[in-house]
Amino acid sequence: MIQVMFWVFAVIAIGAAVLCITRRSPVASALWLVTTLFSLAGIFVLLDAQFIAALQVMVYAGAIMVLFLFVIMLLNLGRGTPTDMRGWVGRLIALGLGVAVAVELWVLVRSPLAVSIQLPAGTLSQVTQERGVVGVISDALFRTYLVPFEITSILLLAAIVGAVVLAKRRL
Amino acid sequence: MLLGPALAVSAILFSLGVAGVLLRRNAIIIFMCIELMLNAANLAFIALAQRLGPDGQVIVFFVMAVAAAEAAVGLAIVLAIYRHKQTLDIQNINLLRG
Repeated sequence: MIQVMFWVFAVIAIGAAVLCITRRSPVASALWLVTTLFSLAGIFVLLDAQFIAALQVMVYAGAIMVLFLFVIMLLNLGRGTPTDMRGWVGRLIALGLGVAVAVELWVLVRSPLAVSIQLPAGTLSQVTQERGVVGVISDALFRTYLVPFEITSILLLAAIVGAVVLAKRRL
Repeated sequence: MLLGPALAVSAILFSLGVAGVLLRRNAIIIFMCIELMLNAANLAFIALAQRLGPDGQVIVFFVMAVAAAEAAVGLAIVLAIYRHKQTLDIQNINLLRG
């Protein structure tokens, strides 16, 4: 059952990603990307990452993609513009490099994980049942990764200031 | 048990993102392809977190925060460029070319 659902989500994600990079209209591209992000959230649930799946829907499919659509609408790019695809040479280069990256990653994926660093199968779902969905992440986040977490807030502050300064009409 | 297929899907999505960046000339769509690549990396982290412990999920949390910051600043740059050049075609955006 989990296998079937995984492959359904995977096919939807890959198909929507293909449509995302081939549709002419930026709005259509953005909406297909939202479809990909939603199916990835489904895959995250199947991989015992329920909290991250919720974050994926709220932050990515919600906030970030709304930002993208907002800018597309603001710049009035939704109309039928001439295609922005590259010519045949560019397409062949894109296809070739895409396939090359896929093959490289495929070889990388095939290399086995060392058994000594692997947890026994089902450990994560068991820990999730004991500590709760958020408890698993928050424990590591606020103990081991406390300093990176605080640095992230500074990064977001810098991003806010940078976005305001860049988008201002006149300084 | 889903580790291999999940990593394969992640590899395919990342390659699609790379191909999209090379294929398109619209700056906003290139940004969306970058988001696609970040999500493919997230999928690899989540799939490996199932076997190697929950720290991978924390990394995904940070990747999302960085992606949000990147989208905000990137789209602000896109807006500034559009005001300056009236186009988003990256062939016409060559301010930094010597």
